Amino acid sequence: MNTAEVYRIDWLPGTDVLHGVCHCGAEHSAEDPVELWQWMLAHPDGHSPAPLQKGTAE
Amino acid sequence: MTRVTTLLCMTAFARNQWYVAAYGREVGRELLARTILNEPIAFYRTEPNSDEPTGTVVALADRCVHRRYPLSASRLDGDNVVCGYHGFTYDTSGTCVFVPGQKRVPRTARVASYPVVEQDSLVWVWIGDPALADPAAIPRAPWLADPGWTTVGGMEPIDAGYGLLVDNLMDLSHETYLHGGYIGTPEVAETPITTEVDEGAGIVRVSRHMDDAECPPFYARSTGIEGRITRWQDIEYHAPCLYLLHSRIAPAGVLPEADGSDPNAFHVEITYAITPSTDQTVYDFWAVSRDFAQDDDEVTTFLHDFNRTVVRQDVDALNLLQKALDTEREGYQELSINIDTGGLAARRILARLAAEGEQRTGEQRTTTPPATVAAP
Repeated sequence: MNTAEVYRIDWLPGTDVLHGVCHCGAEHSAEDPVELWQWMLAHPDGHSPAPLQKGTAE
Repeated sequence: MTRVTTLLCMTAFARNQWYVAAYGREVGRELLARTILNEPIAFYRTEPNSDEPTGTVVALADRCVHRRYPLSASRLDGDNVVCGYHGFTYDTSGTCVFVPGQKRVPRTARVASYPVVEQDSLVWVWIGDPALADPAAIPRAPWLADPGWTTVGGMEPIDAGYGLLVDNLMDLSHETYLHGGYIGTPEVAETPITTEVDEGAGIVRVSRHMDDAECPPFYARSTGIEGRITRWQDIEYHAPCLYLLHSRIAPAGVLPEADGSDPNAFHVEITYAITPSTDQTVYDFWAVSRDFAQDDDEVTTFLHDFNRTVVRQDVDALNLLQKALDTEREGYQELSINIDTGGLAARRILARLAAEGEQRTGEQRTTTPPATVAAP
């Protein structure tokens, strides 16, 4: 069973980059899982729906 | 870049949740003691009858109301428990039906009874407000009781907080180092993971798909595969208790068919139940189910013994880790990297469930009138 509120983080192969997708569609990348979860859970703060603003590694 | 973060010293308990207390086979006509979320509980099975040919599992608070003697150290008289100290006798609801030497049984003479569900060969107990217990919320592990699968399993107590076992199971990169030569190969630690959190369902999924990996002895000897393999590990953690690892093993390059069937792979369902016992002890229930060589006793024995060794390696490591953490100063720090993405998600879900469990208990307190206490 899946509910609507699903967060996803992909560790991009061949890199140290984690790419996160919020349930709202906003995306963000980081090289630190703590930072990425903090961003994810700050929803909706700092979340703009993709593809208007693609997240970039900080 | 990685970062130093502060570790929560101890993972809080999530009340108002279902927990695995035992395998069904462990509960019979002898009283069984288990402490779950710091609550001592005595389990037993009622006598079989035509409606319940295997009896039903009863869970009562493991302290006699009289002088707190453990009921688990007592005896059964039919479906009643007779305290081994002074004979206070309780029925399956925890109501005292006999006290020695007098006719009047005090109204307060009862022990708590816990909601219990026996499902998929596991005995689940509800820890929290019984009025909130919903059996439909118990996650499933159907292969444990499916004749199409052969299962081996056991339980190992660990002298560590349950959060350490959650950490351990959510990050399987440790297989490469702690379980090398058993289930670990270099590819496990090297392969990136995908993490998904279903917030509403309280499920954390972590997937690691290895396309071309060394076959560890655990799978080489049980499947007979020689050479490199495709190895998929798909974790599904139903917080707080049930952890499922869907393991798919096939010769390298062999994938499921277009129609979704997967006849050329070997499937192993690895089930853990992570049941907090006390603040610094946890029950580690483990089971390995396979859909191949189901009748091969040699494979059954091998998988049992081999996996028990692997679990014991975790037990030893977590016992040691807990001892080390016990000597740390308050507010000590740890470091999280990419492999910890799933473990961090699990910690957060557990913290949320713990907070919600307390809140639900509080809400119930405000809506339920206090029980009348009669003078003994």
